[in-house]
Amino acid sequence: MQKLLLKLRMLFRRGRAGDQLQDELQFHMDQQVAENIAAGMSHAEARRAALRTFGNPAALREQARDTWSWQWLELLLRDLRFGIRRLGRTPAFSALAILVMALGIGANVALFTVVHSVLLKPLPFKNQDQLVRLYEANSKGAFQDNVLAGGTFASWQSQAKSFDQMALKKGIVYNVSGAGGQLPEVVYAQTVTWNFFPMLGVEATQGRVFLPSDDRVGVNATVVLSGGLWKRRYGGDPGIVGKTILLDARPYLVIGVLPDWLNYPDAKVQLWTPIYHERSPVVMAMHTAHNLDAIGRLKPGVTIRQATAELNSIQRQIRQQFPDGPVNDAANIRPILDGDVYQLKTGLYAMFAATGCLLLIACLNIANLLVARAATRRRETAVRTALGGSRARLICEQVTESLVLCCAGGVIGLLLAESAVRWLIHARHDIPRADSIHVDGMVIVFTLGVMVICGLLVGLIPALSSNDKHILTTLQESSRSYSGGHAGLRLRRGLLGLQVGLTVVLLTSAGLLLKTYTRLRAVDIGSATHDVLTMEINLPRGSYRTPEQIVSFYERLSDRVRQLPGVQGATVATILPGEGHKRDDVFSIREHPPLPKGQVLDASTFFVDPNYFNTLQIPLLQGRLFQPDERLDHTPGVIVNQTFVSQFFKGENPLGKHLLSDPDGQMEPGGPGLEIVGVTADARESVSDDPFPTIYFPFYSGQERSGTLAVRTAQTPSSLAIPVQQAIASIDPDLAVSNVLTMDQILDYSTLSASFDATLLFAFAVISLLLAAVGLFGVLSYIIAQRTTEIGIRIALGAQREQVMRLMLGDGLRPAIVGLVVGLIASAGAARLIQSMLYGTPPVDPGVYVLVSATLLAVAVLACTVPAWRASRVDPMQALRME
Amino acid sequence: MGKPSDLVQGTLDLLILKTLSIEERHGWAIAKRIQQMSGEILQVQQGSLYPALHRLEQQGWIKAKWAESETGRQAKFYSLTAAGRKQLEAETANWARLSEAINLVVREA
Repeated sequence: MQKLLLKLRMLFRRGRAGDQLQDELQFHMDQQVAENIAAGMSHAEARRAALRTFGNPAALREQARDTWSWQWLELLLRDLRFGIRRLGRTPAFSALAILVMALGIGANVALFTVVHSVLLKPLPFKNQDQLVRLYEANSKGAFQDNVLAGGTFASWQSQAKSFDQMALKKGIVYNVSGAGGQLPEVVYAQTVTWNFFPMLGVEATQGRVFLPSDDRVGVNATVVLSGGLWKRRYGGDPGIVGKTILLDARPYLVIGVLPDWLNYPDAKVQLWTPIYHERSPVVMAMHTAHNLDAIGRLKPGVTIRQATAELNSIQRQIRQQFPDGPVNDAANIRPILDGDVYQLKTGLYAMFAATGCLLLIACLNIANLLVARAATRRRETAVRTALGGSRARLICEQVTESLVLCCAGGVIGLLLAESAVRWLIHARHDIPRADSIHVDGMVIVFTLGVMVICGLLVGLIPALSSNDKHILTTLQESSRSYSGGHAGLRLRRGLLGLQVGLTVVLLTSAGLLLKTYTRLRAVDIGSATHDVLTMEINLPRGSYRTPEQIVSFYERLSDRVRQLPGVQGATVATILPGEGHKRDDVFSIREHPPLPKGQVLDASTFFVDPNYFNTLQIPLLQGRLFQPDERLDHTPGVIVNQTFVSQFFKGENPLGKHLLSDPDGQMEPGGPGLEIVGVTADARESVSDDPFPTIYFPFYSGQERSGTLAVRTAQTPSSLAIPVQQAIASIDPDLAVSNVLTMDQILDYSTLSASFDATLLFAFAVISLLLAAVGLFGVLSYIIAQRTTEIGIRIALGAQREQVMRLMLGDGLRPAIVGLVVGLIASAGAARLIQSMLYGTPPVDPGVYVLVSATLLAVAVLACTVPAWRASRVDPMQALRME
Repeated sequence: MGKPSDLVQGTLDLLILKTLSIEERHGWAIAKRIQQMSGEILQVQQGSLYPALHRLEQQGWIKAKWAESETGRQAKFYSLTAAGRKQLEAETANWARLSEAINLVVREA
């Protein structure tokens, strides 16, 4: 402790300590002089003798100072001063280098922030490594991440021994209707089992969370509010617990408020209700209705592998009990965080790798420029070495200089990253956990690490390239104007080749993703998409109890909307094309022989009203469309799509055949079935998936209370949003709509990540191409400057200027071509890693590879032509006179 | 000129500590004292003495203060700390062992 104090004192009062040392030594000296005089010497003689025994006072002072252990700091400060001064002497170079590093580091820090916050940062729950997400799976590997059926969950919960707890959650929307003049509002909510909160270790800040007695059928409805909703809608009312609020026009008792920090599974969740109270007990007991998210807490010491094995064996038995329905035969477990973000992993890591490449290219480029500078300082270096400067000191100086560059770049980069991250959150609202993305301590540490690594890399390459073994040669060499030593040049060519290689990898990856994106956007999904306005409507259970009420509402809605000026068609359906795969059900065909035991047919389930196909311009191929008065109860007809026919009725006429399907558990088994009355063209569920066999059921059967309204218009669709909402309010003023979007927006949204990845990677690739071009230009200019004399001699001896130009061009292009070949090989490997992000594009796509090679060569030739041309213009007389 | 190797490696520290164990002294007096006690055989060079003093101070074995010297000038006086006293004991024991061992070798061989 005292030692430390002493050291610190020495650090901060070095100046005074230096004076004191001087005094101390002077005192010693004077004593010696005095003694010498006492021994009979003259004053001058005594002084000389004293000095003789004393030695070199400066060296002595230095040696004493050495023991203060702050020597390194003084050296560092000195190097720092030198470094900054040297950078200041070439402000353009320094500014450019700092800018390049800032871009490189900024991009990396931004991506790291996202990767760290989204993929790596643990959820804020105690022992979160025991928390897992549970899925049903197919033992043949057809799919691994299927959501759970209620009956399956019950079996797992009662039989599995690997888990402390298992809980369910299921996203849902509620109409929170206005009490006392408040506007109605659609809120995003979760229904959960009562043990959801205890399992995560979350407690209410007011009131309580659910008890087992709340989480069952027939008890009073209860709700727990998020901290956000409580503050926003209820003004932080301290007496909220015990009050009743209306959800879907039914009363719910508020029993608690949750802490603000709770953002699992999503920060958008506004309120929570108990799942067994909300959902029908029949559905919750079925093994075939897959629609619940299950999470679990493993017992301490149980691994995911063990737990999966146990669930697998339970699920196999369930499958044996139900060999017919869509019941899975295996299970899959992921860490809880993985369950939310695994789809993002490849994309984010690919982007992160791309920024890494970009930074490496930036470092190589600056190292390359510094090598050139080191070469111009060879004479200085040699002189210093000859005078006894140690190599370590010289390297230290060089590294300090590059560290200054990288630190300046890093600080600016961190600021850039901060705004980049903000832009990214805005641009990618589909990223889960987006609210947790921010620059934190870990990110700062990462930035510091990157700065230091870059500084060392950038500094060590040129420092080690200046070899001091041949001081004499260098001293002689640099007296003449030719030959810069070949080691440095080889190194620069190598760096350049590497840089070009990395650029090629980025270019091809960007090319593949761009092609994927254009392929996706070129897909015709098979329905009208322009000028279509959509909005979701969710009829509250409380006020729309019977199918008749539901149907009458939607019929009146369609009529009103159709009468609005500019409307060309309006329809209501459970799903629209391009919205993604939402639901499928099993069926069988009455006219076909029974399937082997354990096999089922499966098709997507759409409920559509009679105007669906006309409004969305999906052509009818055979038969007829639904009639306006068609209801499931009296005309049991369905429509199927073309894929359905080609898959299940090869070479047969599907019209008049009957499907035994049970989308709502309302048909008796063995009944007459539903007659196929029409066949329409395919409309894709999502742009990236092939059309799926689909059965269209009449929406006017009244079983579905939620639907999406689609309105095709003659004018800008968004201009109709207000009139349509007014039409809805005129029928039911307490009804709120959600997700008012145009169909083009829905499609944009589904290709958002593809467009985002492609654009970002393309930007990175262009930047690195620019850097590579600058590198090529710099290296060739340098080579030519070094060889001016040689070129002069060649021309004087009769070489043609074209020959000289070709020679120089070849010299410059060689590293580019080597880099291109290496880069193309590496690209093939990189493309395989991002294969899952590609659509309609093979990883080794000849078109992309050829285009990239051509672009790169064109840029390389362009970058080399100017210096090569300059070389061919060399005036031999002048070149030789420079000697 | 005075390089530390003039004295057996490491013994200068011991000599300084020993000298200071009696009373506090300034650098000049330490050098004189060692010279005198060794019968003028050990000449401590300033080039060794001052770095050694500063090192010992950094180690916390001796501490320094400025005071008036016998001639009336300000001089830096060094004195032993508790840790230094312990270090002196350790080094003395060490030295005794070492010199005995060397003696054994020199006599027998």
